[in-house]
Amino acid sequence: MIVLVDYGSGNIRSVANAFEAIGAAFLISARPDDLRAADRIVLPGVGAFGEAMRRLEALGLPAVLTEEVVQKKKPFLGLCVGMQLLAERGHEHGEHRGLGWIRGEVHRIEPATDGDGKAFPVPHVGWNSVKAQNGSVLLRSMPAEPTFYFVHSYAFRAADPGVVAGTFDYGGEFSAVVEQGHIFGTQFHPEKSQKAGLQLLKNFLAYEAPC
Amino acid sequence: MLKKRLIPCVLLQNGLLVRSESFSIHQVLGNPIHEVERFNHWAVDELIYLDISRDESYDLRRDDQKVKHLGDPLEILDRVSRTCFMPLTFGGRIRTVDDIRARLARGADKVTLNTAALETPDLIGEGAHAFGSQAIVVSIDVKRSEDGRCEVFGRGGAKATGLDPVQWAHEAERLGAGEIFLNSIDRDGTARGYDLDLIRAVVAATRIPVIACGGVGTYEDFVAGIKAGASAVSAANIFHFKELSDRQAKKVMRAAGVNVRV
Repeated sequence: MIVLVDYGSGNIRSVANAFEAIGAAFLISARPDDLRAADRIVLPGVGAFGEAMRRLEALGLPAVLTEEVVQKKKPFLGLCVGMQLLAERGHEHGEHRGLGWIRGEVHRIEPATDGDGKAFPVPHVGWNSVKAQNGSVLLRSMPAEPTFYFVHSYAFRAADPGVVAGTFDYGGEFSAVVEQGHIFGTQFHPEKSQKAGLQLLKNFLAYEAPC
Repeated sequence: MLKKRLIPCVLLQNGLLVRSESFSIHQVLGNPIHEVERFNHWAVDELIYLDISRDESYDLRRDDQKVKHLGDPLEILDRVSRTCFMPLTFGGRIRTVDDIRARLARGADKVTLNTAALETPDLIGEGAHAFGSQAIVVSIDVKRSEDGRCEVFGRGGAKATGLDPVQWAHEAERLGAGEIFLNSIDRDGTARGYDLDLIRAVVAATRIPVIACGGVGTYEDFVAGIKAGASAVSAANIFHFKELSDRQAKKVMRAAGVNVRV
């Protein structure tokens, strides 16, 4: 059973719809017991880093998530802010501590200016192509440079470039996918990315940790 | 690189899909759910739903539309989000943070604020704080008078505000808006093309993406909107009256050198 962590951060409904579409059994819950019983855990997310972390803490979830994912090695997928929370720190509206499972920090995107000298707009909104890196698991069985839907102003800067499994270009190169063993995260929204997005969710479900 | 977006806009009035002209003439086209299934099949980049009803009477129980019990726009959103794995923006008659929350919880990714943003500008910041700037699109309806001066109108184009669209867009960004949806009242439904000067002026004054709307009559108009600086181009009528309009429009855009998703 997959548990979609319901911590009041935005669009869990859309994520549930996407898992339903690929025929996966899931449970929407924030109960520690359900997380303990889960095989896989998905942390969706929309909104600000600090606010999302505060909600997780209010539900007492960081400790149980760390136990189930880091210690027991359950496959984990973080989406958008749910991915950013994997970092040690986020710098959106002040400095906030994250779950700290993947070394790195979340900073505001500062794109270079375009040919006319005007900076690219932030937030980065829309469909961008993603380049797979380091043998990405999530980006398997897809066309070269698939496009996904992004909507965000902050991005993950990993301390170890080896965990960056996909990048996008927006006046600079930024992390689109992070993978560290059984811990996965996407900056974009697979649940809103039509065919490529559903394929990515299938890839997550197909992942088995090497024995 | 980030693609330029092409966004069909679906206008809802009392639960029915309509076409609009000059914000005042509305012709019923049919059922909004069926239309969305078509867009989903085409895999369009994104969809914007605008509820332009002026009263509370929802009409989807009409037999000729073959859909029953869709009493309010939230139910329509519910139905749409279940089959539609693409970004959805929902706007119209949103007045409070709770209104925003209800739409996001039903599967919308963003909401547009128009009249409420004009009358209670703090709602922009409150929404951005609660849900992130990326979820708050400020919709600006602009009328250009004969002397060429532009003015922002609220209440579905019915109420002059005295505001200059460039200043208002700048202020909306400062308050926390994540995108601007820029519509031209006098171009609406006329097929005369976008108000390109207006787009250029608003794009120059803001750092957030601007979605252009209002006046598209040909696919080349989309190209012109992008060349004027818009991050995304939107239209309503053209998508309802031409078969495969999304694909055809993208072909024309691509041939003109616009980076679109195909």
